[in-house]
Amino acid sequence: MSEDAAERVREMVDAVYRAESRRVLATLIRLLGDFDLAEEALHDAFTAAVERWPDDGVPANPRAWLVSTGRFKAIDQLRRRARFDASLASLADRLGDGVTPAPDVDDDAVEDDRLRLIFTCCHPALPPDARVALTLREVCGLTTEEIARAFLTAPPTLAQRIVRAKGKIRDAGIPYQVPGRTDLPERLDTVLQVVYLVFNEGYSASAGAAVTRPDLSAEAIRLGRLLVELLPDPEVLGLLALMLLHDARRAARTSRDGEIVLLDDQDRSLWDRGQIAEGVALVERALAARRAGPYVLQAAIAAVHAEAATPAATDWAEIVGLYDVLLRLAPSPVVELNRAAAVAMRDGPQAGLSAVDAILARGELGEYHLAHSARGELLRRLGRRDEAIAAYRRALALAAQDPERRLLEKRLHGL
Amino acid sequence: MKYLCLIYADETAWQKVPKAEAEKWLGEYFAFGDDIRKSGHYVGSNALQSTNTATTVRVRNGKLSTTDGPFVETKEQLGGYYLIEAKDLNDAIQVAARIPGARHGAVEVRPVREYQRP
Repeated sequence: MSEDAAERVREMVDAVYRAESRRVLATLIRLLGDFDLAEEALHDAFTAAVERWPDDGVPANPRAWLVSTGRFKAIDQLRRRARFDASLASLADRLGDGVTPAPDVDDDAVEDDRLRLIFTCCHPALPPDARVALTLREVCGLTTEEIARAFLTAPPTLAQRIVRAKGKIRDAGIPYQVPGRTDLPERLDTVLQVVYLVFNEGYSASAGAAVTRPDLSAEAIRLGRLLVELLPDPEVLGLLALMLLHDARRAARTSRDGEIVLLDDQDRSLWDRGQIAEGVALVERALAARRAGPYVLQAAIAAVHAEAATPAATDWAEIVGLYDVLLRLAPSPVVELNRAAAVAMRDGPQAGLSAVDAILARGELGEYHLAHSARGELLRRLGRRDEAIAAYRRALALAAQDPERRLLEKRLHGL
Repeated sequence: MKYLCLIYADETAWQKVPKAEAEKWLGEYFAFGDDIRKSGHYVGSNALQSTNTATTVRVRNGKLSTTDGPFVETKEQLGGYYLIEAKDLNDAIQVAARIPGARHGAVEVRPVREYQRP
């Protein structure tokens, strides 16, 4: 075969790897019942593809070819190892007894496998940091080094976390299955938490090499899209919408020199209109289901902001109403604080200040710098300069993040 | 797979429960026991006397030492256990969630490690 043809096959294998490797892995885990064995089998299957496709041609269904090749390689591997460890022989026999029907690799079965993989990686019996690491490694196909860099962790620490998680999946008998209807809501919540955590890690670029972090947000959005495709529950739509709407403002959120730009001061022409339209459409689809959860409501709030041409044109009454529903569903002092800011926009700074003071009077959020900076801003608008300075100073004493501190200092100077 | 479900709760609170309430709890435990026998999950179970009846035993260099009380003092104490046979961890979690003690204390679900005789 000519060099050109060989090169074309290599490119084809690369493309198949990018498009199919996670699906093939998910199915191999089901067939082999073991993460490590499946990863090895995946590697062996692609090695075989590089060797054989140039001569044999690319198979009609590369995915099916890779799954069955991987499975045979794994059985071979187990038979070889069985010479040293007798317990593996029965496993190899069971997997390759010839009676077992050909592995199911039609589209539905494979998509189910991807969902099984997600639910297994996000199982609540695994520690939260391990869920994130395992999901990025197994579902997204990031390398251990990439994940370690994104989370500012040493690669050996992260590798250890993944090894332990896989050990627990095996030893504690965490099944490779999509939860049943009764525990689906709780389990789905854990999955969504993992995705949102990955997104936020990328979205609030507070530390580390700035370039790697948007990658995490993009990865979370990709995960969100995958989930919408596999399990279009309203909250799944809501989370994807929320991430798209937040991410649409990325370019406007920081100035050229890396300073924070608040929502009111953002150049709205920098917002990604395509992403906003997609997010808004998802919110509408989720709201039509008539059982909006916390993600849908947060996305709806983000959508109202995103659709306003100017800060003044924002429908604050609508936002306050959405916060009211959100508070009934998931009470939290931080959500209450955000509601108070919206109340200030709807009814004036005095109403907002009373609401913020009521939260602080309960002793909650006393150490939360954003509560004090919100208070400072409202006092400034009311012309109560000395109190505003005191509130901003309190916020500054509590803020830990450099860009946030610089923003507060700027506000203080402006008084 | 076999799982041991260890029930932890504040035993001092249990000692203060009025008699009628305590009987209601026991009734719930008996009903739960019947349920998991019917579903085939049950392997064994026991309730334990309170930790003030506990003795901790150690042998060091062939020398026996006994101390009174449990191995560790904690806010919630081991009060009983169920040994169950479950399909997988999800199945075991579903069973553990139905143990009456899960509602006021906590249930630790531990897979049993089985060794083969060499």
